[in-house]
Amino acid sequence: MNMIFLLIGISILLALIFLVAFFWASKSGQHDDTYTPSIRILFDDEIKNTDEN
Amino acid sequence: MLQVKETVSNTLCFHCGDSLPEQPLQLDQHEFCCLGCLGVYKLLSSHNLADYYVYNDVPGQTQRSEKFHFDYLNEPEIAGKLVDYTDQNITIITLYIPVIHCSSCIWLLESLGKINTDILSSRVDFLKKQVSITFKNTLSLKDVVELLANIGYEPSISLQDVVKGQRTEKADRKLIGKIAVAGFCFGNTMLLSFPEYFGLSGVEAEFRNFFGYLNLAFSIPVVFYSGRDYFSSAWHNLRNGILNLDFPLALGILVMFMRSIAEILTQTGAGFVDTLCGLVFFLLIGKWMQQHTYHHLSFERDYRSYFPVAVTVLENDREKPVSLEQLNKGDRILIRSNEIIPADSILLKGSAQVDFSFVTGESLPVEKVLGEIVYAGGRQLGGAIELEVLKPVSQSYLTKLWNNETFSIEKDTIGTFSGKASKYFSIVLLLIAAVSAAYWLFFDSSKALPAFSAVLIIACPCALALSSPFTLAAVLSIFDKNKFYLKNTSVVEELARIDAVVFDKTGTISNPEAAGFAFEGAISVEQRQLVNDLARNSGHPLSRELVKWLNLPAKFAVDQYREMVGRGLMGSVNGHGVKIGSRSFLGLPAGNTDGGSQVHVVIDDMYLGNFQFRQKWRPSLAAVVSKLQKSASLYLLSGDQEHDRQSLSIFFYDAGQMHFKQSPQEKLDFIKKLQHTGKKTLMFGDGLNDAGALKQSDLGIAVTDDINNFSPGCEAILDGASFGKIPAFIRQAKDAVKVIHMSFAISLVYNIVGLSFAVQGLLSPLVAAVLMPASTVTIILFTSVAARLYARKNQLL
Repeated sequence: MNMIFLLIGISILLALIFLVAFFWASKSGQHDDTYTPSIRILFDDEIKNTDEN
Repeated sequence: MLQVKETVSNTLCFHCGDSLPEQPLQLDQHEFCCLGCLGVYKLLSSHNLADYYVYNDVPGQTQRSEKFHFDYLNEPEIAGKLVDYTDQNITIITLYIPVIHCSSCIWLLESLGKINTDILSSRVDFLKKQVSITFKNTLSLKDVVELLANIGYEPSISLQDVVKGQRTEKADRKLIGKIAVAGFCFGNTMLLSFPEYFGLSGVEAEFRNFFGYLNLAFSIPVVFYSGRDYFSSAWHNLRNGILNLDFPLALGILVMFMRSIAEILTQTGAGFVDTLCGLVFFLLIGKWMQQHTYHHLSFERDYRSYFPVAVTVLENDREKPVSLEQLNKGDRILIRSNEIIPADSILLKGSAQVDFSFVTGESLPVEKVLGEIVYAGGRQLGGAIELEVLKPVSQSYLTKLWNNETFSIEKDTIGTFSGKASKYFSIVLLLIAAVSAAYWLFFDSSKALPAFSAVLIIACPCALALSSPFTLAAVLSIFDKNKFYLKNTSVVEELARIDAVVFDKTGTISNPEAAGFAFEGAISVEQRQLVNDLARNSGHPLSRELVKWLNLPAKFAVDQYREMVGRGLMGSVNGHGVKIGSRSFLGLPAGNTDGGSQVHVVIDDMYLGNFQFRQKWRPSLAAVVSKLQKSASLYLLSGDQEHDRQSLSIFFYDAGQMHFKQSPQEKLDFIKKLQHTGKKTLMFGDGLNDAGALKQSDLGIAVTDDINNFSPGCEAILDGASFGKIPAFIRQAKDAVKVIHMSFAISLVYNIVGLSFAVQGLLSPLVAAVLMPASTVTIILFTSVAARLYARKNQLL
């Protein structure tokens, strides 16, 4: 049953990593603009043939 | 699909989508309405950026009004205030560009580096309509802004940008962080508390201490980081003698924390850690719901966001840009076409055609003659003019309004229902706790402390604290769908209390879009066509209104076109000599002119009559007035002359309800007087001249027909299209207050159930852990469902 100590330790560590990741994302401004990236990802690098459908 | 595209490109400008003139300009088999649009296309295609036109049809803006003057950006003092960051090599600036509207805009603005390699990166925030540009210092700020203007994305640079702060964003991030920590701890403590609730067998009992200490560890950041604001707010309010909801909340958190420490350390129980974490988590979510922000709207605008940053001063015949604060009395300033007159001044040279629509809402320009005083805030429509400044910017007729003390006082928002109710709640709560403690001291002193703390824990008004934010947030999003944007949630409760409504006239109850003309005299359809083709060439507002109202397609080209700015137009259309304009322009005898809103028509030297410009009231005005009359007294304040008194008397029966020729200051004073009689006043306005009244009133609502346009500082912004829904909005606000009352009752029931356990000294952590989330979820469900049901009843959904 001592395994549980280890398992709980690992699970909390994992959760902490996610929490830190969230803070990092928030601090670097990833939540400031949640709309523009959804459009940006649809741009092609270079559109060559404009009439093609 | 392809065919549709072709027809579009055949009749509309390839760049901006305006209808094409008789002989459109052509390049690469595309047609353009003007040189400006063609220029932008040339620039883009030469830099391999023609993809701009692939993402959307006609993504551009019309380039007919050109001429940009950004010389002032070369003044280091002004530029220094605008940039976000600068060092020896690079500069970063964030610019607000109102025309950003489609994916092509994003794509082009983020490809600026292809046009000029010294622009290192550019990033668009679509909702805020901002672009953040990093460029090498080999480029000046002026170069960057001119490049943007040249491709049709002129940034709007105003004094308010200079002083803008990013404070709110940081506060928002902090709250999100607190929610994240509280949520993280809530989840973990719940997991660790389950074994205790379900009962530990003898073998597993060894984990009890381990789980207890872990729980305690999780509760520390929740209390001292996430829940800190409740302690400081409760303490702050107590010192000022105010008992608000934060006090029982802080007390509940504190008692729960203390009792958990005591139980876990003495190994007498499991403590209330998961309830504590859940409580703080839900409370913070409620707080977050209250901070509804609209990125595209600003409620804090004053004249500075509308005035330019600098103005051209003439000094010994040399032009020099000077920032507005440094503008002195006696300076000679040059105002070019489409620029704002920043200070009260005397016209010295040129013909002034001043559009005061931002100030008064009046859409027709006013003519000024040499030597006349021109008040600040007007936009010059004709050619360049020269003026001498009479008063510094902050002391001008309009802008001195902002020196009024009204603008330095924060509006009091304590009067909300939950604010008042929580005072009694706190007192009753403390009484019950004290009485039950006293009772147990008498009969069984070992139960006194548990009972006392249990009362404070279970009665912690979590559901109570959430009922307001969740109801009001639901109402806010319902209003939002109906194009009625509130600054914050407390505005809803303010709206429910209104018993006096004051309207501004021009632009507020009159509809600038629906303005029309009536023709006095006789004119045939062919002759209308001639007038239409002539008027099309003029940029004068009256001509544009006339063309819009005539609603005819362009048919003939105009020869020998001449325009006397502000007086009239003439030209030869399809072989007929057509003249339109004022009486003096046409050489007619002076008659009764109605403030310059007549357009007289002469075709082939024959006088046909005149088009008379008529204000039109918003179609829903009658219905709105008759509905509002039942619950509130109505008033009308107008800066105009009295000539509309007659036509308005069908809406406002009593002569005392209408006040004309009101200056901005008088409007403010009128509201003040109303408030002194005990009225809760709602003000509808639209222009800068209403800014004082909007600020002074209990609730100021700016009415605008284009949400992205300027609107003065206010508590709410209403789209003109939703003007007819005002009575429904007020009813919905009143219903929302009802919903809050009902949810208060529901959460009180939960509290009473919990209290009945607590006073008997029977409260177990499990009861608390079930009751708290149950009551919270009930309240969240009830408030959002009830608010929406009422909205359906009020036909807002």
